[in-house]
Amino acid sequence: MNDFHDRLIKLVGHQCQVIEIKSGEFVLHVALAELVGVLKALRDDTELAVTQLSDLTAVDFPERPERFDVVYQMLSVNNNMRLRIITRADEGDIVPSVIGLFRSADWAEREVWDMFGIYFSGHPDMRRLLTDYGFEGHPLRKDFPLTGYVEVRYSDTERRVVYEPVHLNQEYRDFDFLSPWEGMQIPQGSDDGDTDEEQAGA
Amino acid sequence: MGIIDSSKHEPGAASATPLSADMPIPPGPDQDAILAAVGDEIANRGFVIAKADKLFNWARSGSLWPMTFGLACCAVEMMHSAASRYDMDRYGMLFRPSPRQSDVMIVAGTLTNKMAPALRRVYDQMPEPRWVLSMGSCANGGGYYHYSYAVVRGCDRIVPVDVYVPGCPPTAEALIYGLLQLQKKIRRTATIART
Repeated sequence: MNDFHDRLIKLVGHQCQVIEIKSGEFVLHVALAELVGVLKALRDDTELAVTQLSDLTAVDFPERPERFDVVYQMLSVNNNMRLRIITRADEGDIVPSVIGLFRSADWAEREVWDMFGIYFSGHPDMRRLLTDYGFEGHPLRKDFPLTGYVEVRYSDTERRVVYEPVHLNQEYRDFDFLSPWEGMQIPQGSDDGDTDEEQAGA
Repeated sequence: MGIIDSSKHEPGAASATPLSADMPIPPGPDQDAILAAVGDEIANRGFVIAKADKLFNWARSGSLWPMTFGLACCAVEMMHSAASRYDMDRYGMLFRPSPRQSDVMIVAGTLTNKMAPALRRVYDQMPEPRWVLSMGSCANGGGYYHYSYAVVRGCDRIVPVDVYVPGCPPTAEALIYGLLQLQKKIRRTATIART
């Protein structure tokens, strides 16, 4: 852990805005411009050997000026270490695709495009992944309505499945009685819970 | 069973109880008597007489071949009902991989907007007469995903449904029960409609 830490600071410390340790995992906050450089350095370094992109996702914070966090979950099998690399992007920003570095980014980037509308440049096949053909909107954005805009029905006259604006006989009712998921506190001191934050000055 | 209305041409020969052709006759002396009567008919005359209506319905309800259309976790219960414990083969129900060979479509699971045109196409490819059994909350009315942007609020928006089986997911027993209800429905149908 310490060797890994030192090497990490030495290698990419100057490119990161913040490096912190949360629940025994490194979290690197990186500017959008530095992203590919950091990922490539981490991957190609023989000591760190962060060779695997296990997941790529995003988080929407609509109140922020740069509303999206794009999150790269990395794994170094050699060191048994997991890293999270977080970069911020706004609605119009174009994130560089990392498909050249990690093949596993292919569908992950398509999913992020589908769900959040974050465009990745350099992706060979930037189509929607999950939602319906011709779907409009990006469902995981916070401003996307839960029930969407259209619903389907088979039309006997047209003899095909047609799309119509959503009509609900009963509105969605939200019973939020102190959700056990939203109220969860992570116990302090568990694992190596003392989150030492470290500023790595550029 | 229950298709031979032997009391018509041989009064009182088979059984003292009047035969209701809608219901199968359970194993026992009554059934044995009918089987014996049918055997005698064939031995003596070489043929048996039955109502075409009842014969068709008997054949249809006794060989309901379901289309394999598993969409979600309900499909696992559907597999259970087909496997050795509940054994749908006993009722002549064999899963078919092609809609062209199927009589009944079991919509087992969440039907999404993206899947809806495909489901309808498969239904359209099935030969008549055809039936649809909607299995589980999601297929019945959207269920857990009723308010989702991606889910059809009930597969009856896409295909006409004959039997709804509730549950999330319904047990294999519940599905078998639903299929037996469908058999009952088929037996009640007048196949050769006179208008």
